[in-house]
Amino acid sequence: MSSSERVLEVRDLVKHFPLTQGIVFKRQIGAIKAVDGVSFDLRKGETLGIVGESGCGKSTLAKVLMALERPTSGSVTINGKDIAKARGSELKRMRRNIQMVMQDPYTSLNPRMTVGDIIGEPFEIHTEVAPKGDRRKKVQELLEVVGLNPDHINRYPHQFSGGQRQRIGIARGLALQPEIIVCDEPVSALDVSIQAQVINLLERLQNEFDLAYIFIAHDLSVVRHISDRVGVMYLGKFVELGKDNDIYDKPAHPYTQALLSAVPVPDPEGREQRERIILQGDPPSPANPPTGCRFRTRCWKAQEICAEQEPLLQIRPGTGHESACHFAETHDVVHAG
Amino acid sequence: MSNPTQPVGPGLPETQTMVTDQVVPPAQEGQRKGKQKGGKPASLWTDAWYDLRRRPMFILSLIIIAVLLVMSFWPSLFTSIDPFNARTCDLSTARQLPSAGHMFGKDNLGCDVYARTIYGARNSIVIGVFTTLITALLGGLLGIISGYFSGAIDVISSRVTEIFFAIPPILGALLIAATFRGRANSIMLVILALALLGWPMTFRIMRAAVITAKSQDFVVAAKALGAGAGRIMFRHLLPNSLAPVIVVSTINLGGFIAAEAALSFLGVGVQSPDISWGLMIADARNRFLDAPLPLVFPAVFLSITVLAFIMMGDAVRDALDPKLR
Amino acid sequence: MKRTAPEVLPAEGGLGDEPLLAVDDLHVEFHTRAGVVRAVNGVSYTVNPGETLAVLGESGSGKSVTAQAIMGILDMPPAVIPQGEIRFKGTDLLKLSDDARTQVRGQRIAMVFQDALSALNPVFTVGWQISEMFRVHRGMSKSDAMKKAVELMDKVRIPAAKQRVHDYPHQFSGGMRQRIMIAMSIALDPEVLIADEPTTALDVTVQAQIMDLLAELQRESQMGMILITHDLGVVADVADKIAVMYAGRIVENAPVHDIYRAPAHPYTKGLLESIPRVDLKGQELYAIKGLPPNLLDLPTGCAFHPRCPYRQDNCVTSAPPLYEISGTRSSACHYWREVLDGEQQ
Repeated sequence: MSSSERVLEVRDLVKHFPLTQGIVFKRQIGAIKAVDGVSFDLRKGETLGIVGESGCGKSTLAKVLMALERPTSGSVTINGKDIAKARGSELKRMRRNIQMVMQDPYTSLNPRMTVGDIIGEPFEIHTEVAPKGDRRKKVQELLEVVGLNPDHINRYPHQFSGGQRQRIGIARGLALQPEIIVCDEPVSALDVSIQAQVINLLERLQNEFDLAYIFIAHDLSVVRHISDRVGVMYLGKFVELGKDNDIYDKPAHPYTQALLSAVPVPDPEGREQRERIILQGDPPSPANPPTGCRFRTRCWKAQEICAEQEPLLQIRPGTGHESACHFAETHDVVHAG
Repeated sequence: MSNPTQPVGPGLPETQTMVTDQVVPPAQEGQRKGKQKGGKPASLWTDAWYDLRRRPMFILSLIIIAVLLVMSFWPSLFTSIDPFNARTCDLSTARQLPSAGHMFGKDNLGCDVYARTIYGARNSIVIGVFTTLITALLGGLLGIISGYFSGAIDVISSRVTEIFFAIPPILGALLIAATFRGRANSIMLVILALALLGWPMTFRIMRAAVITAKSQDFVVAAKALGAGAGRIMFRHLLPNSLAPVIVVSTINLGGFIAAEAALSFLGVGVQSPDISWGLMIADARNRFLDAPLPLVFPAVFLSITVLAFIMMGDAVRDALDPKLR
Repeated sequence: MKRTAPEVLPAEGGLGDEPLLAVDDLHVEFHTRAGVVRAVNGVSYTVNPGETLAVLGESGSGKSVTAQAIMGILDMPPAVIPQGEIRFKGTDLLKLSDDARTQVRGQRIAMVFQDALSALNPVFTVGWQISEMFRVHRGMSKSDAMKKAVELMDKVRIPAAKQRVHDYPHQFSGGMRQRIMIAMSIALDPEVLIADEPTTALDVTVQAQIMDLLAELQRESQMGMILITHDLGVVADVADKIAVMYAGRIVENAPVHDIYRAPAHPYTKGLLESIPRVDLKGQELYAIKGLPPNLLDLPTGCAFHPRCPYRQDNCVTSAPPLYEISGTRSSACHYWREVLDGEQQ
């Protein structure tokens, strides 16, 4: 693909939250390194899945991409402009191009506003997008696009089920016709039988409007289904980044291998023989990450070099995609055993 | 094409399999516990209203407050005697016991206690309502700004309210009212003195509610859309933080009425010839032992009024607080 | 010393033909102002020692309410149990006095909750909370009980248990807190352990650790386990048999291998088909259409009929009984044969 198709370029993105002590005279005693050097590209119409466990920084990454948090350093370039440096009306204009769908359909909609007000709010903020007289019609069209009854425009969020509310949130994200939508755990709060409906809707909208998705989730099978490429995050960094088949069938980083092997397979056949890598302990605190490779404290391959030298995210010998491990080696954990 | 095509209906793929136009109560999904299961779809307010209608305490206080309002707007509906007309008083009948024409008897100056008590309602209600409005507006506005922006604005305004909290309210109001006595309308002075000392309470409540509401996802969503501070504060935060302020204001209203009576009793509140329950109590105090009734009647009205507002505030709080359900 | 149990309590030891725990035709209703919510409508299942029964269902299916009824922790009112039995070693728990019920709860039947942070008391150390079980129920001295607490924390593999016993719940990670919850639930060697979504709030790698731990503890003590979950993956990993619930009823009962090989109820089939699969990438996911039913106003006949691809006219009028398919399988679908054979209608 040519570089002109890139809609989002993220370079060396860092977000540290300072830890302070004292109330009046604050002094910094450290920092939570939530995102610590992340780079990737996103092309038009593409889906980049981001997986990782809680505390790995994936939600902070989403907030920085949405310019809801200012990065400590690094750039987030959308169509040639850095949203991280944009201010005022320029930032507002840039927001039209990147929107989000949030995790919790119960708290992401204002309970005091009607569905029409919620989906119409983007037009009230960006008045240039639709003239006042057209807005109601636009809202009804959006409701129809996400599979809701346009006659329900005057209802309140509590009159809808979780799955329907998530559709309302998606309609709100679509209103400004963005090129990029950041989906932060969009189906994890929904019932199993409703998840598939919402995933299908997201895929249909992607095809229809040529949307690019950043799809953040902890459910690895959902991410595989929807993503073209997948990035695996651990303690604020990508440890592995590649095409979905590379990541799932030929994982090279030990953490990815452990993560994949831990996912329960919905098929009891041969479960006694299945190979399981069970990691010991919990991830270290992002305020004080280990030196060198951040995964070394839980890694079975760790050697001295891992503590001394940080492995960079790059294509390693014998693997076809980028990984950040000195001893990267592909190993099909899912189909093994 | 650099922009996605218009999201318009006709292009729906045929593979769409959803039938989602039926609306179900949200209790069917999400992590709701058994207790709420099947609760009919309702917002906080309709739920609270449903709850309130079934509380005898609320209905009772509502009736009392309605009667008081009528009394303060149209006192002549209740009595034909005009207490502001000096000719209705007759010193020779001072401290007369209740009789057919004067059902509450007469006071030290031979004026009709019933008529004065009825006309006294107006000042109590006016002072209570206006003080509450000012505290709610001032405290609410500062609270929402302080809670939303946090940082320096919040630190400064929070410290200022703490200073106000350190002042004993009656003492403070006494000081203000006594200092400016005679330089302004006595009723306005009481309102301003009480409002000045009352707003920090509303401020704190509003600030706390805004800080809670601020972290909710729908506020983040509005920011992501590019909404400005004004829109977030007044479209999103205010409607979601109003409930506790309304509760506290209703309870405070009763308190302000009581405080007015106290100030008037102490001689720095409402001044003669204006009528107020506190003033009536003060006037009747000297001869209380041989003529208790001119003191008892306004005192009873005052207590019932204060109680009615506090009861109403309590009922509204119980109805609005989902934890008590 | 253990307090003497009332004579109505089931004896320890032999079972005869009676299963360890049997829920029989249980009904639970919630009387709300909007009407009667029928949360559980005739649920029956059994658990034997050393066996894991997975109860699979979505929110509102009644799976957790059934568990709460077994534990006797439903708020009554609004909950009412108009019908049914919960037999623990042959004794109907619903007929026991409150005192006798308390003796069973926690000691003989224990529960692990989803949210360990809110289930633990934030103002006491975890050691104090675990040792409380021994002090209250076993009358142990403070120091003996604390020793047992350390032993238990070792058993659930909390590193440096001896030091960490004095820590407060917030000082532990989510996975460690869930281990503490498990330690408390197995403290008194219960015969039945109910785990209500024990790993839903946890990350996958931690989930694997916890499921591993539960399986090991079960192997050691031969507890009967009821695992309540919505996760088809977790079920496939650990369950011996499955009860699938929908709208307060069990729609399918089966040994674990059978149900994944060939489901006999359209709902189970729909759930299994909606899991994303590698070979179907790029295609639309199969989605069960529509929404879960309103428990205040259940559909007539089979509650699943508005969403069912196998629906016939009689599904709207007559509620299917649990048809017996084999000695160990049953399905509440008039057309289970067609579903089992995989014939799409």
